[in-house]
Amino acid sequence: MNFEFYLILESIPKMLAGLGMTMQLLFLSSFFGLSLAILLLLMRISGRWFLCFPAFMYIYFFRGTPILVQIFVIYHGLPQFEFIRESIFWSILREPFGCAVLALSLNSGAYVSEILRGGYLGVEKGLHEAGMALGLSKHHRFFYVTTPIAVRLAIPAYSNDFISMIKATSLASTITLLEMTGVARTIVAETFAPYEIFIAAAIIYLVIAWFFQRAFGLFERHMSRYIKQ
Amino acid sequence: MNDSKQEPIIILKDVCKSFGDFQALRNINLEVNKGQRIVVCGPSGSGKSTMIRCINRLEEHDSGKIIVSGRELTSEVKDIDAVRSEVGMVFQNFNLFPHLTVIKNLMLALKLVRKMKKSQAKKVAMGFLERVRIPEQADKYPIQLSGGQQQRVAIARALCMNPEVMLFDEPTSALDPEMISEVLDVMIDLVEDGLTMICVTHEMGFARSVADSIVFMDYGEIVEMKPPDEFFENPESDRTKLFLSQIISH
Repeated sequence: MNFEFYLILESIPKMLAGLGMTMQLLFLSSFFGLSLAILLLLMRISGRWFLCFPAFMYIYFFRGTPILVQIFVIYHGLPQFEFIRESIFWSILREPFGCAVLALSLNSGAYVSEILRGGYLGVEKGLHEAGMALGLSKHHRFFYVTTPIAVRLAIPAYSNDFISMIKATSLASTITLLEMTGVARTIVAETFAPYEIFIAAAIIYLVIAWFFQRAFGLFERHMSRYIKQ
Repeated sequence: MNDSKQEPIIILKDVCKSFGDFQALRNINLEVNKGQRIVVCGPSGSGKSTMIRCINRLEEHDSGKIIVSGRELTSEVKDIDAVRSEVGMVFQNFNLFPHLTVIKNLMLALKLVRKMKKSQAKKVAMGFLERVRIPEQADKYPIQLSGGQQQRVAIARALCMNPEVMLFDEPTSALDPEMISEVLDVMIDLVEDGLTMICVTHEMGFARSVADSIVFMDYGEIVEMKPPDEFFENPESDRTKLFLSQIISH
């Protein structure tokens, strides 16, 4: 087979046309996912079964099924229901972009809430007790003692999830979105050179991943400044 | 003794506490008056820590009464946070907030619980850091300090709240030997200024010099309670004698 190196160079600038869409999917889904994750975390640590149990089931369901299946169910499944077509969400859900953001957010919310829970559980019991002994209220302890420490503990796992999310956005190409992988598939259809084009796509993903990895590394260092001797 | 008529700061009456099948406290009766220094000793697992942790409700007792500053601790107590702010506690493992500098560790509860302004809280906190002789460490993070310094910060953090009584839960047990005396020196200092305290410790020399009563516990019971001289010279119970012979033989 022929390997056309110039095709990689030529296709990279074209693919960057999809970069904006990839970034929108990434940031919107991460933002909504994180917000949902915080809500799920609060439900799970509330100690009340009627909050705990739904959160647990939610997490079980969204971690236990493939994102691709979730995207398909939302994109192809939801419009079947009349009440959804008549709801105010229809303007979002009838667009593939809205469906992709929804699916990615719901999925990431499940994973991230478990990451945050890990951080929360990692905070030493003695620090809760020290807060209690000083007369700090439950809310004060949560915001001033637990949260800052839990955030630091959760960063490495969260950055891992964020980087997974960069790649998960490529699944949006399956529902007609022209984010980077979608653009790559279009170019492949024109050039019949899947090998070179997808390598070009991989290079771009690697560059993006490197960038975010570095950003999270700096953030982690900043948050850990107090554990360095 | 002119405060004999005053209500005791802490009253424990027939206090019992179990962890599953294990009975940690059996009918504990104890009263602590203002200015009193009580040292609690006994073998490990004898209920010493559990007893003082019940006093600020870090553990909930099963039966009996605990009254702190005139307020009974029950499951209905809504203002447990207020009671806790009147009872200072120092832990074996310091439990300083690792993400806050030394001065901010002291200022946190002053701002949030005592509602002080930042500048005022800082002034109060600085005063207590001087009291425990480490004002120069104010802007460091806890991990940058030695164990002895960390424990002194923890003492200052509890004192800041101006508590009616201080509880010390084995304050020197996690320290390297050379750091024990710097912590005990600070505590002796505080006692000389009239601090009311209950201290669980294995430092018998310290107990002898500062306590006005020594409580000996075993199997969740208070076996005896005596002034230090009598306790060491003339223990009544065989269990006390055995304990003393064990700690002194090494």
